[in-house]
Amino acid sequence: MSTPFAKLPRWVDYGVIPVVNLLMAFIVAGIVVLLVGENPLRAAWAMIDGAFGSGRNIAYTLYFATFFIFTGLAVAVALHAGLFNIGGEGQAFVGGLGVGIVALALDRYVPWYITFPVAIAAAALFGALWALIPAYLQAYRGSHIVITTIMFNYIAGSLMVFMLNNPLKPLGSMAPQTRMFEAGAQLPKLNWIFGLLGMQVRSSPLNITFLLALVTAFLIWLLIWRTRFGYELRTLGHSPKAARYAGMSEKRIVIITMLISGGLAGMMALNPVMGDQHNVSLDFVAGAGFVGIAVALIGRGHPAGIVVAAILFGALYQGGTELSFQMPDITRDMIVIIQGLVILFAGALEHMFRPWIQTLFATLSPKSMNLGVAKGA
Amino acid sequence: MPEAAIQLIGINKSFGPVHANRDINLEVPKGTIHGIIGENGAGKSTLMSILYGFYQADSGEIKVNGKTASIKTPNDAIAVGIGMVHQHFMLVDNFSVLENIILGAEGEALLKSSIAKARSELTRLEHEYGLEVDPDALIEELPVGLQQRVEILKALYRGADILILDEPTGVLTPPEADHLFRILKMLKDEGKTVVLITHKLREIMAITDNVSVMRQGTMVATRKTSETTVGELAELMVGRRVLLRVEKGEAKPGAVKLSVKNLTVKDSRKVTMVDDVSFDIHAGEIVGIAGVAGNGQSELIEAISGIRRAVSGSVMLDSKPIDVVGIADPGELRDRGLAHVPEDRHHVGLVLPFEENENSILGYHDKPQYLKGAFLDLDAIVEDAKAKIAAYDIRPTNPHLKTANFSGGNQQKIVLAREMEQDPGVLIVGQPTRGVDVGAIEFIHKRLIAMRDAGKAVLVISVELDEIRSLSDRILVMFAGRIVGERGSDATEGELGLLMAGVEQKEAAE
Amino acid sequence: MEFVDTLVQVLGSTIRVSVPLLLACLAGLYSERAGIFDIGLEGKMLAGAFAGAAAAAVLNSGWIGLLVGILISVALALVHGFASITHRGNQIVSGVAINFVAAGSTIILGQAWFQQGGRTPALGPDQRFEPIVWPFADAVRGVPIIGPLYSNVISGQTLLTYFAFLMVPVTWWVLYRTRFGLRLRAVGENPAAVDTAGISVAWLRYRAIICTGVLCGIAGCYLSMAQGAGFVKDMSAGRGYIALAALIFAKWRPVPAMFACLLFGFLEAAAIRWQSQLSTVVPVQVIQALPYILTVILLAGFIGKAIPPRAGGVPYVKER
Repeated sequence: MSTPFAKLPRWVDYGVIPVVNLLMAFIVAGIVVLLVGENPLRAAWAMIDGAFGSGRNIAYTLYFATFFIFTGLAVAVALHAGLFNIGGEGQAFVGGLGVGIVALALDRYVPWYITFPVAIAAAALFGALWALIPAYLQAYRGSHIVITTIMFNYIAGSLMVFMLNNPLKPLGSMAPQTRMFEAGAQLPKLNWIFGLLGMQVRSSPLNITFLLALVTAFLIWLLIWRTRFGYELRTLGHSPKAARYAGMSEKRIVIITMLISGGLAGMMALNPVMGDQHNVSLDFVAGAGFVGIAVALIGRGHPAGIVVAAILFGALYQGGTELSFQMPDITRDMIVIIQGLVILFAGALEHMFRPWIQTLFATLSPKSMNLGVAKGA
Repeated sequence: MPEAAIQLIGINKSFGPVHANRDINLEVPKGTIHGIIGENGAGKSTLMSILYGFYQADSGEIKVNGKTASIKTPNDAIAVGIGMVHQHFMLVDNFSVLENIILGAEGEALLKSSIAKARSELTRLEHEYGLEVDPDALIEELPVGLQQRVEILKALYRGADILILDEPTGVLTPPEADHLFRILKMLKDEGKTVVLITHKLREIMAITDNVSVMRQGTMVATRKTSETTVGELAELMVGRRVLLRVEKGEAKPGAVKLSVKNLTVKDSRKVTMVDDVSFDIHAGEIVGIAGVAGNGQSELIEAISGIRRAVSGSVMLDSKPIDVVGIADPGELRDRGLAHVPEDRHHVGLVLPFEENENSILGYHDKPQYLKGAFLDLDAIVEDAKAKIAAYDIRPTNPHLKTANFSGGNQQKIVLAREMEQDPGVLIVGQPTRGVDVGAIEFIHKRLIAMRDAGKAVLVISVELDEIRSLSDRILVMFAGRIVGERGSDATEGELGLLMAGVEQKEAAE
Repeated sequence: MEFVDTLVQVLGSTIRVSVPLLLACLAGLYSERAGIFDIGLEGKMLAGAFAGAAAAAVLNSGWIGLLVGILISVALALVHGFASITHRGNQIVSGVAINFVAAGSTIILGQAWFQQGGRTPALGPDQRFEPIVWPFADAVRGVPIIGPLYSNVISGQTLLTYFAFLMVPVTWWVLYRTRFGLRLRAVGENPAAVDTAGISVAWLRYRAIICTGVLCGIAGCYLSMAQGAGFVKDMSAGRGYIALAALIFAKWRPVPAMFACLLFGFLEAAAIRWQSQLSTVVPVQVIQALPYILTVILLAGFIGKAIPPRAGGVPYVKER
């Protein structure tokens, strides 16, 4: 986020430092496991096995990773413009509303490949609109976006409860959710990929939204480092004064960036709503919006890093589910702790190990410090 | 030889790779005013911050009044009787004078009695040194001269016998500076020791008893002021004969390029910073605006270049209006041939974490030669950056290096190259050589004059009067937001100084 | 008359729901006036609520519970300080982290230790803070207006409630009449001035956030040990964020902070009391979202110009 130390080689900056931060987070999480009265090493093994131990487990891991790629990108894009979008949760929730409306309207008439692009547009649009008001208030009224996006998370919650209890609830149903979608709004699974690798996966929620997430990550990389708008966005993020001097409109950048960020968070909803459960319910976001903060930080704002970090957190989610079967005291809330610790070590304490690692490198290979000059991307 | 108030022995201090102080020895006799002179970045402020306990030396010894002093924090310095007036005042703006004075020297846990004590002590100091100031005024409502007085009072309140002043006149008008000097002399007569850090030779000659010269982190000489000359000190400061005047021919002014009429600008607190200012700049001339910092020069060029909204008035560029009151878009102004080198290159003119090549298009990033549709044309941008690096002798020569890793002079060259190479008709330059090493100063001055000779209109603002005098064909003087006089390039420092102080000519003649 | 009774009831519950807001808001005030933003009020409150209720249940004492709740909250505040003062990290990021750690660990530990789905055991009278009935509270109940006000609003509150409202003048006094307050306000405006005056910026800020931790801990204990009788997961339910909004609303001053918290408390109490009447007019979800919507509207510029402490959110680095 800040760059007072700009001299480490890139692979250290993007590789070693995140790994050290992660290790710290896991060590502290291990202490919590001890407090619960379980063996942290056994817990860790159960998690790793649960995340990668079979084709099915890997498929689940990637399914969860799909959520976090979108929300991680959402946080990262805003962060590059100097904005802290803490409202991914609400934007994803409202994005699901868009997906639901499209799915309910089209699923009986057209095949999924017609519904899908329309739903992508609706998810992005709804998510973007939910980010628009905080963006507008930040740009034109100077209201702190951190506070307004937090408020909008709560407002989104109320909105969705209302929508799912009233207009979107099928007649005669008690549960606050839509009807099940028909085949026209069910996305194809990716189990066949595992078949190619020689692994049998009968059922998993992994669907083509995962591929969409990968493509989106690449597009966001292009946007940030290869386009004129990305250049403006990064200028604003580093120095609002320089942006004004260069004739860039801060208001325009803030609004467009937040629309993109909200849109990305909204697209997350495709994965559970059309890819897995085939309806809109109250719990499909399940904290993924917040995980995006940790993912963006550990991925150091770079889409490639975010994909890796998202898979890591996907593994934590999937592994955590398996773990909770083996150790009933360790529920999936363990992930919330790890996520908090990752945000702490990779975000707030990012400078703690850096000087230390820097000294280490200065002594080990003085040369690499001077040659640490590469593309900023 | 009187006893030494301060003795520094073999002081060393590094900030990462920068060796800011190298084996410094210094002796300041008691009851004298001792000047420390050197260019920006020579290490003067670092040395004094070490003496004040703000930084710790890597090695070396400090003796105060002959006794070895271990100064690890400002508290230790205050305890041995050292007080410091910083270049940027260390005051809390929304606190009263009294609150600022007692901060850190409250005495006890409840404020009531310490405020009462401070109030009576302040009255005493006022009488003794003529340092009047309203104890209940808020700092943000006081003019800078008075704020500085509060800083001096803070030090005296803490019982300082040794007073360090870091560039105290940078924000003062010449009469305010003279008043300060009278106060310093009075303090000396009371037996206090004063250390004055400055890069202005005039001040050294006017007030000090002894002077030490620093250059690139080392102490190069100490002289009795009465036994040295401005020329000798200048030479010691830069290490070679100073080029006081850049060679330049007669200006050949052409048509009016930029015309400012009745421009008024207010700052964010609604204080009028530029007050009904009018002037023209012609092709082929350099117009310099002299003035003490904070008299509206910054706001003036920000308004003209579209960064800050004006309240009223008009600006014509090539006889066509710039919407300075509404939304003047700096990007559009660039298209119309108005280039701007801002005063603050660290936060405005450059994005320090960016690569050099990215900064070389800042503001011109929407020009077609740098774009392929909505995408940046990275090859074209890097080639362009390389050409500028060669033409302006920017070092290191790597366009992919982070801009933060370039020196001040090279950073300024990156900005200048970017703005000049677009071949603008009008060039506005704020503080062309602030924080720039001597070699680069000469280069930058020559480039500016070359722009003039190529028929461009150049507007320069600078707080360095020497720079204004050596560059400008015409000099405008700003005081309190107004242009109070216009002079030719032959104006003397004295008459400009009076104008900068807001002294009307009639008064000056009397 | 019936309306007056209802109003008094609403005022009584306004006080009750305002207390945790007020304590958290004053907590934030100490931190933010010292230049440290804190969106981790929520997490500290939650952790304090859990630790307090858990300790009270296990050790069978409300006072020990309160102490443990405060200690845990202070510990989290120190983590925030370690990140944002010692290591000059991003204060918002650090606050977010603390909220997650608190949210996750209260559930995990609660489930592991008590096996009641994240709840702590229900607290008995000795293990919590009971309402204190003032003299003659029942006797004067019949007196019009004053009677119900005395017996329902002033009397019948818990010790922590009186403490919370007492903290308003105390905080004002600390801030404007003591050396600590002077330095605290100074360090939030210009830490360099404090540093050059020979005062440690870091230690001063640490002391400020310890105050924050103490008050957040008490706010949490109020939730689980005075308002409720045991910890329920996620029981802080966004109050830390509302307190933060109230702090902005009050422009970081103690007395207006109290009024802001009372206003938000009144909104919540009124929404609960008149929910059934209102729901024929507007959906119940609108009423539930109203405090958040109002906060956004207030943030959008109807609060005049809220100028935060000038050094807020910026880690202090000595200038070179």
